[in-house]
Amino acid sequence: MSFPWAKEYTPANGFTKFLDEKLPLPRLVYNAVGAGYPVPRNLSYFWNFGVLAGFFLVLQIVTGIILAMHYAANAQVAFATTEHIMRNVNWGWLMRYAHANGASFFFIVVYLHIFRGFYYSSYKAPREMIWLLGVTIFLLMMATAFMGYVLPWGQMSFWGAKVITGLFGAIPLVGEPIQIWLLGGYAPDNAALNRFFSLHFLLPFVIAGFVILHIWALHIPGSSNPTGVEIKSESDTLPFHPYYTVKDGFGLGVALILFMTMVFFLPNALGHPDNYIEANPLSTPAHIVPEWYFWPFYAILRAFTVDFLFIPAKLLGVIAMFGSILLWFILPWLDRSPVRSGHYRPLFRKFFWFGLIPAMIVLFICGGAPAEEPYVMLSQLATAYYFLHFLVILPIVGQIEKPEPLPYSITEAVLGSDKKAVLGENASPAV
Amino acid sequence: MTKLLSIRLVAIIAGLGFALVALYSFVVGAFAFLTEETTPHLPYEDPRDFAFSFDGPAGKWDIQQLQRGLKVYDEVCSACHSLKYVAFRNLSQLGYDEGQVKAYAASKQVPGIDPNTGEATTRPGLPTDYFPSPYPNAVAAAAANNNAIPPDLSLITKARGDGTNYVASLLAGYQEPSAELLAEHPEAAPGPGLYHNPYFPNLNLAMAPPLTSTGQVTYDDGTEATIEQMSIDVAAFLTWTAEPTLVQRKQTGWPVLIFLLFATVLAYLSKNQIWAAVKPKKK
Repeated sequence: MSFPWAKEYTPANGFTKFLDEKLPLPRLVYNAVGAGYPVPRNLSYFWNFGVLAGFFLVLQIVTGIILAMHYAANAQVAFATTEHIMRNVNWGWLMRYAHANGASFFFIVVYLHIFRGFYYSSYKAPREMIWLLGVTIFLLMMATAFMGYVLPWGQMSFWGAKVITGLFGAIPLVGEPIQIWLLGGYAPDNAALNRFFSLHFLLPFVIAGFVILHIWALHIPGSSNPTGVEIKSESDTLPFHPYYTVKDGFGLGVALILFMTMVFFLPNALGHPDNYIEANPLSTPAHIVPEWYFWPFYAILRAFTVDFLFIPAKLLGVIAMFGSILLWFILPWLDRSPVRSGHYRPLFRKFFWFGLIPAMIVLFICGGAPAEEPYVMLSQLATAYYFLHFLVILPIVGQIEKPEPLPYSITEAVLGSDKKAVLGENASPAV
Repeated sequence: MTKLLSIRLVAIIAGLGFALVALYSFVVGAFAFLTEETTPHLPYEDPRDFAFSFDGPAGKWDIQQLQRGLKVYDEVCSACHSLKYVAFRNLSQLGYDEGQVKAYAASKQVPGIDPNTGEATTRPGLPTDYFPSPYPNAVAAAAANNNAIPPDLSLITKARGDGTNYVASLLAGYQEPSAELLAEHPEAAPGPGLYHNPYFPNLNLAMAPPLTSTGQVTYDDGTEATIEQMSIDVAAFLTWTAEPTLVQRKQTGWPVLIFLLFATVLAYLSKNQIWAAVKPKKK
């Protein structure tokens, strides 16, 4: 779009000519994910996860619509209709396992996508808007996934809903009315289940809308790349199709192999056994845990165990949990290092691999563990580091760090002086 | 520029604030951890590992075993536990023909309506009926069982960690608490109406040992019905009730994975071929 050497779409026959004049949809696709979109030639496999996230969004919508045909959002029968899907609906078990594990894989690829962004500072100018839209998508995903987990109306559905809506009860003065308003009652019941179903059906389409904006915003500056050096000339780029369609195709194959292995052979490994017990408001599970993809943030929530200056611990935990994600919105303005890629930032790189990543792993483990020592103490240390990393270390490192020398261009970084490769002439004669 | 600087200044102050409060919680918690006694967990055991025919990616049902398990459920468990998500028609999967399923269903009384008076009554089951509950409602179940409602067993093996092994271990695992355990944890002694079982998380459960003697159930296939054998068989049966499609699932997975492996290798080779023209030549 934005590069003068981008290939121009030419309709091949009368029909596509007609279409191109009246509704240039093929042109749009051609320029978005076809040969008309020039992409840096040096993208690593870490640049596969955007396409994979798009795939899993579509998979979730398709399997979800089929599940909704057989599911009833009523507290009396929700658990039974879920079992009806598992037992009586043709291939219902496959749809449900694909949907449940699809949510997990959606989060896996999105986390990799986000952490790719952290390491290569993909959020920096001129890509701030892409980042803001991406964080918004992540928040919408979290809301959607949370409400989806409530729908089978198992024990973890019920108690998870109770705990998470209870977070709003921590807001001073208006907390309790807000919680009652959100649930439509004093505890999760039919009203809550119905509205969660309604919103769980709506939000994926909102996400799809934000994904379109995310991709649109991406096409203004074009894709980032592992060197962080911006595109300078045509030789820095390759057309998206066929080079990245085929590379993403391979990546999709690998992701599907892992996904299908989970769906067919370990479908319940990422779930909690208690969710196969029907919701019972009178029996609290021994340990209430959310789905694994919320564990790091759940650990931050639970890390605040002591009141501080008259602020209740629960409120501190709620502020920290929401703050831990919301702070991603201001990242582009916190990290002012002129160099994007972590490859050329020695000090940043150390904090990333030996600070942020271990802290996230500790938070992940502690979030899934019962609220006992040593998990609570570990999560408190990791929480402290998490906030220091983003809010203190990143701004300061950007100021004091001496970056390593950058390559002049992407072409130089990848190809050196191989002129034939620059021109795409390295193919063996047989091809 | 000054505006951006102020954003970072606010961020640094906020970051230090969050870290300070988290570390304050840490210090208070660490002090309590070092000075206060924590109540140790009761030492319950992880389930024993029984090798089941349906374990592993190529697992299959052992039809004979499922039939034996059905018999144990039918003659022992069903006195207190329902199986409400399983229909009699599902038993055709266990190798019974249509006549046998009809006869089995007819041997059970299910809730019905008297066609003449409209009053609630019972009638012999049909294959389309579901296994009837031993109690008319939860209150009756609680009243008959010292207030502990026997859970529905349809999903029990999915509703417990390592469920199949857990059910088998639990049923075969009733024993008197050891002297060492009682010396270390006096609170682990079973109270009135409770029974010691090392596989149950708090070591005492309200269910009396249901399988008490060899030959309690007479197996049709001549297998000796030891307590352990009956426990394993009924655990296998309850794995089937929890997921009748388990074997179908695994068997569907193989062609899917083989196709995907093939397609992915092709995608990889295509990628290499297409990229060859623009990759630097290896020296």
